[in-house]
Amino acid sequence: MNTQPRLAPSHPIGDEVRRTTCYMCACRCGINVHMKSGEVAYIEGNRDHPINKGVLCAKGASGIMQINAPSRLRAPLRRIGPRGSGAFEEISWDEALALAVSWLKPLRETAPEKLAFFTGRDQSQSFTGWWAQAFGTPNYAAHGGFCSVNMAAGGIYTIGGAFWEFGQPDWDRTKLFILFGVAEDHDSNPIKIGLGKLKARGVRVVGVNPIRTGYNAVADDWLGITPGTDGLLILSLIHCLFQAGKIDLDYLAQFTNAPLLIVEDGPEAGMIMKNAESQPFVIDRTTGQPAPWDAKGVQPDLGAVYNGNRTVFQHMAQRYLAPEYAPEAVAGRCGIPAARIRQLAADLARIAFDEAIEIDQPWTDFRGNSHEKMIGRPVSFHAMRGISAHSNGFQTARALHVLQIILGSIETPGGYRLKPPYPKPVDAHPTPHFTAAAGKPLAGPHLGYVRHPEQLALKPDGSPARIDKAFTWDAPFSAHGLMHMLIPNAHAGDPYRIDTLFLYMANMAWNSSMNSGEVIKMLTDQGADGEYIIPRIIYSDAYASEMVAYADLILPDTTYMERHDCISLLDRPISEPDAAGDSIRWPVVEPDRDVRPFQSVLLDLGARLGLPPMVREDGAPKFKDYADYIQNHIRRPGVGPLIGWRGADGAQTGRGDANPNQLDRYIENGGFFQAHVPAAGAFYKPWNMAYQDWAVQTSLFESPQPYLFSIYSEPMRRFQAAAEGIGPHQPPEHLRETLKRAMDPLPLWYSPYQENGYTIHALTQRPMDMYHSWGSQNAWLRQIRGRNFLYIPTKIWREHGFKDGDFARVTSPTGEIVVPAAHMAALNENTVWTWNAIGKRKGAWALDEDAPESTTGFLLNHLISELLPDMGDGIRRSNSDPVTGQAAWFDLRVKIENAGPQLASSPAFAAIPRAVPQGKTRKAPQ
Amino acid sequence: MTSLPTHTEKRLGLAIDLDTCVGCQACVTACKGWNDQGYGAPLSDQDPYGAAPSGAFLNRVHSYEITAADQSAAVIVNFPRSCLHCEDAPCVPVCPTGASYKRVEDGIVLVNEDSCIGCGLCAWACPYGAREMDADMGVMKKCTLCVDRIYNDHLPEEDRVPACVRTCPTGARHFGDFADPESTVSKLSAARGGYDLMPDLGTRPTNKYLPPRRKDAPDLSAPLAPLLDIQATGFAGWLDKVLGKI
Repeated sequence: MNTQPRLAPSHPIGDEVRRTTCYMCACRCGINVHMKSGEVAYIEGNRDHPINKGVLCAKGASGIMQINAPSRLRAPLRRIGPRGSGAFEEISWDEALALAVSWLKPLRETAPEKLAFFTGRDQSQSFTGWWAQAFGTPNYAAHGGFCSVNMAAGGIYTIGGAFWEFGQPDWDRTKLFILFGVAEDHDSNPIKIGLGKLKARGVRVVGVNPIRTGYNAVADDWLGITPGTDGLLILSLIHCLFQAGKIDLDYLAQFTNAPLLIVEDGPEAGMIMKNAESQPFVIDRTTGQPAPWDAKGVQPDLGAVYNGNRTVFQHMAQRYLAPEYAPEAVAGRCGIPAARIRQLAADLARIAFDEAIEIDQPWTDFRGNSHEKMIGRPVSFHAMRGISAHSNGFQTARALHVLQIILGSIETPGGYRLKPPYPKPVDAHPTPHFTAAAGKPLAGPHLGYVRHPEQLALKPDGSPARIDKAFTWDAPFSAHGLMHMLIPNAHAGDPYRIDTLFLYMANMAWNSSMNSGEVIKMLTDQGADGEYIIPRIIYSDAYASEMVAYADLILPDTTYMERHDCISLLDRPISEPDAAGDSIRWPVVEPDRDVRPFQSVLLDLGARLGLPPMVREDGAPKFKDYADYIQNHIRRPGVGPLIGWRGADGAQTGRGDANPNQLDRYIENGGFFQAHVPAAGAFYKPWNMAYQDWAVQTSLFESPQPYLFSIYSEPMRRFQAAAEGIGPHQPPEHLRETLKRAMDPLPLWYSPYQENGYTIHALTQRPMDMYHSWGSQNAWLRQIRGRNFLYIPTKIWREHGFKDGDFARVTSPTGEIVVPAAHMAALNENTVWTWNAIGKRKGAWALDEDAPESTTGFLLNHLISELLPDMGDGIRRSNSDPVTGQAAWFDLRVKIENAGPQLASSPAFAAIPRAVPQGKTRKAPQ
Repeated sequence: MTSLPTHTEKRLGLAIDLDTCVGCQACVTACKGWNDQGYGAPLSDQDPYGAAPSGAFLNRVHSYEITAADQSAAVIVNFPRSCLHCEDAPCVPVCPTGASYKRVEDGIVLVNEDSCIGCGLCAWACPYGAREMDADMGVMKKCTLCVDRIYNDHLPEEDRVPACVRTCPTGARHFGDFADPESTVSKLSAARGGYDLMPDLGTRPTNKYLPPRRKDAPDLSAPLAPLLDIQATGFAGWLDKVLGKI
């Protein structure tokens, strides 16, 4: 027997727990911040929080290294040397704001569009958009155009909701789960929690992804698909299900536009037939006569032909039964054996229909029909950037929704469930506002959902109203704008020149731009007069990113522990399928630097500019700071940024006056609020009156908004018809053929690739332990993933005689990189990939210039042009989805050579001058 | 030199589900964060913003690629690695000062940092590479099973589990007493074929790994039967047949 030391293992962690919201990625988990002597000692997940339920990811638990990182900016900076030289002087906030006002005020008074205000990882878009609207510039968007807009728009135009974090599989009931191309940095804890539930129940998981890491590593079946062919696989599954008649006809007839009639011929060809009241109608099976689409007791006939016009359903069947979608026809292109496709279709059908589930929950639909039970089709899907970042991604996202629809699995038990404020029909969204007028605010929000060519953001002369050419014929449904075109267009003066570029949290001089090297040149390029082509650049960030050196004025932001934030239902909330939810951040520590929270700075700037919603009648600032705005801003009567504890006494939910103690109530509750959906409204939400009434009560809508899923998209047909020459609004000639195909109103697949001899697909993915460029400044996370390699599949590895330690020379039509190579067998045989945003420019992020991130670390961005190759007509064509403008990062194809052993990756950029000193030691624990 | 107890009252340890672990590294940094401010010396980091950052971690996750002859495709296994709290822990008897010991009451293998001289013999003896020297303090660090959490009266009862278990987003990590056949970990291990890491070494690890389930073995024998031959009957025939089902 040993003599053991006596342990005293029971001691308090700290002296206080402050519960707030994480910002180490876009998940927005609840965190318990344990404080010791006023400093952060330990961070763990908040068990009560709806998003993470106590768990926390690698990033979240490393937050303590982020809030103390040496890369934090310290004070406002004014450029005093050439742009990019890093010559800055520290100035006071008063000087900084006065300088900004001196630039912006004349723009507002003469030409507000000369300000382009774009935000990156912004979680306050309903606020930043409101500010830009008050300023009056049409040039506002966040980063969705190079991130997710195909998923968002593909979903909204089809089902009134989307993948990403706006819905989730019914993790507790689903019996088969299929995951397409996920980005492991978004919705990550909810997906991991969900996968854990499936694994605990032994539910089969199928991963469709060229790369078998992360979630795909635990998938029971892995389909290592060829990039860009997901849509073809999905349409082949639809083909098999149609062929076997395994489709939910009742669901299609009741809840989708499948029974609506399509005009066969004439000037209205392809449009949905309308009656004398301009309403679509169906043919009732019981009478054989036209009947209103939304009347009680009507039984829509999917097989109806009325005056020679057939239903959407018949158009679907005709398209998807075609032999071109047979598994045998797509197998080679998709890289998946036909037998696997056929079997997956069979599994979907068996589980959806033979293992259907029922919940004993009566409900009433919008037609007034009562239903005794909620029937569920327990197959579910989830998808993210993998299918989104292709130039056929919009159609692919639509195809995946149609697959779910024919299985009857959206918004039914065991299927895919939307989270409030979704489902929301496309018609309930705003259309874009874009008309700038001197000294005037914009008439409405910038971003929206275009339904008709007349809603495009075009000036009277037909030229683009926006600097990024969003909502033009180039990208009619670009609901998130095109941030990736901002700097190239501003530099080219196409469609016009701007004066001031104002960026927030967007690392456009590095990993957030396509073609980073060229963008750096554009930022520093000067005209014949010696002036910068982009005259002024204001940048706000908390950290010394690569972008800092290229700004003229730096407004240093706080870290996420030093600020208020609002995760709002007006924006991108933390809802769950069973509850609307919103949340806040609040300062759990005070900044130890001369920095200010960006949102408060924006309010200050707005007041100094005299923007009406930010000043009182006497001209004094209306809001003291962002916290004041969160509590007191009224967006429309009774509705503000937060839905919890409204009204002077905090007794109201959803609607009510401002509450001066609202933030305190949030803090007491762990930083969040939830309003729960009633049980009778839990499923079938787009058609369920219990849900619709609750949504109105909770302020999501002003009136009930029931709708049919748009398998057939009439807005798309309007654009396709225009491309065919129909109607007064006509696209430019060079876009006609593209639009005819891309705007097909029924989902289809087309190759996203140009045939140019480059045949190897090259992808990036984000690791679960890093968020964009932020992770590398984190002392713990960079020890986990401080290096990246080009992962090469066995066939290519052998073909080129690669050995461990070799570098690969990777070329695309527009660039070349030489980077460290590594072998990986669990990979599509024609695909190479690397981790995104590990590569850093020397001198950035307070890292040593010899840090592996800056020596061997690399970006694929240098290989990707924001423009497609010139077709000889001098027209600049964006490398984007032609429907939404989504940056087509994943369309990249390359050639590979073995470059043998090398010491460093190339291209190697010169070090950028430091905005903060290099970090030496990390903060010691309390 | 320290001797191992012949018997421990409990055998506390982890059951780690390799079929569920997605390799997200959450357990790695939760462990780092807790133990940086918890039991013993902090887990220091050297050159944290430099060319060769290195620090002490008590739990690391590695990913391995396996191409097996009977599998149609290569698979990746994410493998969390920390002290296994062996019954015959080779790291204990080699300790020249008695700093390394295995607790009688629960089987946790610990280092008494007051007696540790940082000689590194225990890390050399451990076949699993589970111990890491803290370069700043010169003491040996290892997984304590969060001994300062699991008995901590200041924590709510549900939080008295190791930090890695509390944070694991997929629920792949389970904590409990393997001496109790009715414990969750014992039953899970029995049901899922929990196995010892490198059992031939005779270390008798307490922690168990639950193996990945078989992958990529779909039953391809029952594809969907077409409703009828569309080529023969034409689209109208298909439509009649389908709609006849309503």
